[in-house]
Amino acid sequence: MVAHYGFKDGSGDWFLTLDTDKCNGCGKCVEVCPVKILEVGPDEIDPFREEPVASVKHDERKKIRYHCAPCKPGYGSEPPPCVAVCKPGAISHSEGWKACFKDSHQ
Amino acid sequence: MSQQEKPIEFWRWPEARWVNSDINWKRGKLITAGVDVGSVSTQAVIMVDGELFAFGNTRTGSDSPNSAKKGMDYALEKTGMKLEDIDYCIGTGYGRVNVPMAQQTITEISCHAKGANFMYGPEVRTVMDMGGQDCKAINVDNQGKVLNFMMNDKCAAGTGRGMEVFANLIHVPIWEIGPRSFQISKEPPSISTTCVVFAKSEVMGLLEQGVSENEVIAAYCSAMAHRIAELLKRLGVKEKFVITGGIAKNEGVVKRLEKELGIKTAEKVWANQKYRKNNYPFDTQIAGAIGAALFAQALLETGKAKSVKKTGIVESWNIGMLGRIRFI
Repeated sequence: MVAHYGFKDGSGDWFLTLDTDKCNGCGKCVEVCPVKILEVGPDEIDPFREEPVASVKHDERKKIRYHCAPCKPGYGSEPPPCVAVCKPGAISHSEGWKACFKDSHQ
Repeated sequence: MSQQEKPIEFWRWPEARWVNSDINWKRGKLITAGVDVGSVSTQAVIMVDGELFAFGNTRTGSDSPNSAKKGMDYALEKTGMKLEDIDYCIGTGYGRVNVPMAQQTITEISCHAKGANFMYGPEVRTVMDMGGQDCKAINVDNQGKVLNFMMNDKCAAGTGRGMEVFANLIHVPIWEIGPRSFQISKEPPSISTTCVVFAKSEVMGLLEQGVSENEVIAAYCSAMAHRIAELLKRLGVKEKFVITGGIAKNEGVVKRLEKELGIKTAEKVWANQKYRKNNYPFDTQIAGAIGAALFAQALLETGKAKSVKKTGIVESWNIGMLGRIRFI
């Protein structure tokens, strides 16, 4: 399952996308996230899944635009820590931050 | 003393309940329930062996435990069933953490996907849940399992709550919004904002300029449809496309959404032939609660959950000095 955590509004798309089929629940992303918005626990969407899975904390979903902004996901040579550490490649970010960065640096 | 007339509430939609007289619940093996406490409405559904037995659709009050209880009592009232007769109950929706009679909670995303699969049939691929305070676009497989989802819960703009505020503002009963939005000579430009507060002042401005009520309704409906379409386009819409939740009842929004996406929504009829033949009421608002009740059944059947029914029948006496009564 592909879970899009975040929101879309007039200013763009602000989503952290997590592919739960790829996620192995290792929890490395939780450790490296500088703002601690991720957690690993039982799958809340699929009650029949046995293995733990990473997700964005409930309270952080509406603030994701601001919390993910310091890492500038989608920009530059270095990927954000959560994406870099994820071996199965389950985490990605939407274009919102990228466009935002381009606007402010041109 | 001056006489006060009861104010007319244009935003308040009628509450509903239904009991399936074809089923004798006392013969049922598994009785499961789902309670969907939304931000605006609360639904309770009771299913007997996977068949729809009863439902109640009420308004959510100011606290969720009471609303859940009210919804459940409303559904149970004419059935002769008691809360203790239910094997397993699952809470879902916005206020799911506060449902006192539920043994477990599941997010409304999974429940709506499951419920839409049951109501509209396994061909459903995209479910749009338009609720009171948020909208969710969900892609599902033929089992009703979530494949991909996206929700827009930043604010209540362009949702059921916005429509209620709007109905009250222009003094048109909420169930008339849909039909009246088509009684216009030409489609007006949509309202530029879906923010409830900004839209309110924009609507007042339009009315003062002499724009007819019906045109203002049409403008608001198309603004709402546009907002939902944006979310759906990002996720991708596939046939069969269905809408659940309260907004599915508003033709003004649904027809405009279909036009914008270029895809038709499925007809609002039961996939189950028996349900269709017997004219069981098709209420798009109960999809989440149906899904929850189906999950309860699946969890019991796979042994992931245990029945909590207290029938009071003595199952066995332990031989010994202290006979222990066990309730099953």
